[in-house]
Amino acid sequence: MAKENLVEVVNLKKYFNVGKNKVLKAVDDVSFNIKRGETLGLVGESGCGKTTCGRTILGLYDATDGHVYFDGKDVHAMGKKDKLNFKKDAQMIFQDPYASLDPRMTIGEIIGEGMDVHFNLSNKEREEKINELLHTVGLNQEHASRFPHELSGGQRQRIGIARALAVEPKFIVCDEPISALDVSIQAQIVNLLIKLQNEMGLAYLFISHDLSMVKHISDRVGVMYLGSIVELAPSANIYKKPLHPYTKALISAIPIPDPKIEDTRKRIKLEGEVPSPINPPAGCKFNKRCVYAMDKCSQITPELKELEKDHFVACHLY
Amino acid sequence: MEKILEVKDLNISFHTYAGEVKAVRGVSFDLHRGESLAIVGESGCGKTVTAKSIMRLLKEPPAEIKPGSQIIFDGKEDIVKMNRKRLKSFRGADVSMIFQDPMTSLNPTMTVGKQIMETLQIHKGMNKIEAKKEAIELLKIVNIPNPEVRINNYPHQLSGGMRQRVMIAMAISCNPKILIADEPTTALDVTIQAQIMDLLNELKDKFNTAIILITHDLGVVANFADKVQVMYAGEIIERGTREEIFYKSMHPYTWALLNSVPRLDTESKQELYSLGGTPPDLILPLKGCAFSSRCEYAMEICLERKPETTQLSPTHSLCCWLQHPDAPKVNRSEVVRGEING
Repeated sequence: MAKENLVEVVNLKKYFNVGKNKVLKAVDDVSFNIKRGETLGLVGESGCGKTTCGRTILGLYDATDGHVYFDGKDVHAMGKKDKLNFKKDAQMIFQDPYASLDPRMTIGEIIGEGMDVHFNLSNKEREEKINELLHTVGLNQEHASRFPHELSGGQRQRIGIARALAVEPKFIVCDEPISALDVSIQAQIVNLLIKLQNEMGLAYLFISHDLSMVKHISDRVGVMYLGSIVELAPSANIYKKPLHPYTKALISAIPIPDPKIEDTRKRIKLEGEVPSPINPPAGCKFNKRCVYAMDKCSQITPELKELEKDHFVACHLY
Repeated sequence: MEKILEVKDLNISFHTYAGEVKAVRGVSFDLHRGESLAIVGESGCGKTVTAKSIMRLLKEPPAEIKPGSQIIFDGKEDIVKMNRKRLKSFRGADVSMIFQDPMTSLNPTMTVGKQIMETLQIHKGMNKIEAKKEAIELLKIVNIPNPEVRINNYPHQLSGGMRQRVMIAMAISCNPKILIADEPTTALDVTIQAQIMDLLNELKDKFNTAIILITHDLGVVANFADKVQVMYAGEIIERGTREEIFYKSMHPYTWALLNSVPRLDTESKQELYSLGGTPPDLILPLKGCAFSSRCEYAMEICLERKPETTQLSPTHSLCCWLQHPDAPKVNRSEVVRGEING
């Protein structure tokens, strides 16, 4: 019987040694899970550890501590055979469609490479499958013989998606898949991701700093700050009723394309910038920039509590 | 208000091996003192080329500003006809620019203080001590904490937001009359973006600087601009005040831009409106309306003849055949999503 949660992240930590006995805590005690066919959005400012978190989940980085269970198996303690299966089931789409495709391989070779490792296909089957995948992502079979430099940014991102789909994964980490693209192309790619999810029951971890896009695609959203999750809730909730002061500030900073609203609404201003993760503030990491900070906040680290059903927040205010 | 900049029939081409790319085709607009103008459009629509031509930053050749183009600065000088000597004193002092990527537009081998001082020493003839004092003052204006310390930092020691602030400090150091901001916040986080846009607004009011903002983010436009121009394939296809563009725009391309942004009020996982196709190849001669191949309202005439400008109000105009009295009527409220509450 398959478990409901496809990915379970338990107290995951990823520290980097940066010399002189300094430790950079990129991901610091993060726990969450992703159900089958669900999209979890991960947002936060640059340097908050979202990408490191995604990569550690995929086993691209070794975890310093904690566990990632995929379909009940620990990703960081798998045998060779399980690892190979995991690499087939969990794929990644990268941010930069210019840098993530090998310029010396044709599109067909790029998409086919993963299949050669995981499936035993005849040449004909392989070619058919590549054409089918190109069709799925909205391109056609002539593209198979082209090279990446002949394609536009949006088309390349489609190739990135086709490559991930080629090995029939269950779970895809999308690391800022749209931030390098034009607004009209962003909409196309997001529509494609949603369509594929509906058809194939994929689960996504959608990493982005574009909160309105994350809200649009995700079922639940986690907000990260300096390596920790400060709030985790269903996406409608987090935008209608944000609880953590950081989430509130982040949401109020999104400009809304409507002059009347922009003129009247009040912004919660965040002073300064994200502090260095090498020496984060004690207690709640947000206390230096928080307008509600109390004495307690600089001493005790708040835990992630479930305030309402499925709405978790780590803040001493609640 | 006084006109500070008048662009008249600007045509810019790039000469490439494949042929002549007509990147900007017949663009005209005015900018007044203390006004903010936003230019929006997809990549490759000519917005950056237009902006760069105002500072004559395009490399000529391959770029060519076609004869007949005029960019009149402050009612008297034509920027297109300026010689090298005049350009040297003009750039930075009268018009300055902030670039998209603060990581690559600062010199990594010089302290930020020195880079700011350089401008002051050249344009204002200050000596080192005066320039240093002024540089610290400028860093204070752009809200950099501990300016006395920061002035000795190299760009790599600053964060992205801080680097953009340094760029702004450099750009305003000589009180330019026009500030061109080319996607100033695209590389930054939303929280930092809000800080930078607030800063630009503050500067606009304080020094009465005219600002040209180039962006593809309609949210930023809604928050910032007095006037908006929508560019497509090297032409301005619609222009108007901020309200006119957001609430009364009539060009199908403007509608497409407004519709393709996800807003916090839309239901999750609904299909986003997406514009099919790609912009036309500017090497090939364009027949009819440039947008016709992607336009869902395209009529026969759109493929044949270029639409003329229709003036809807003194500030609002557009180029579209749908405005012709014989054209079928399209109800805007059915096409563009309504205003949001909250």
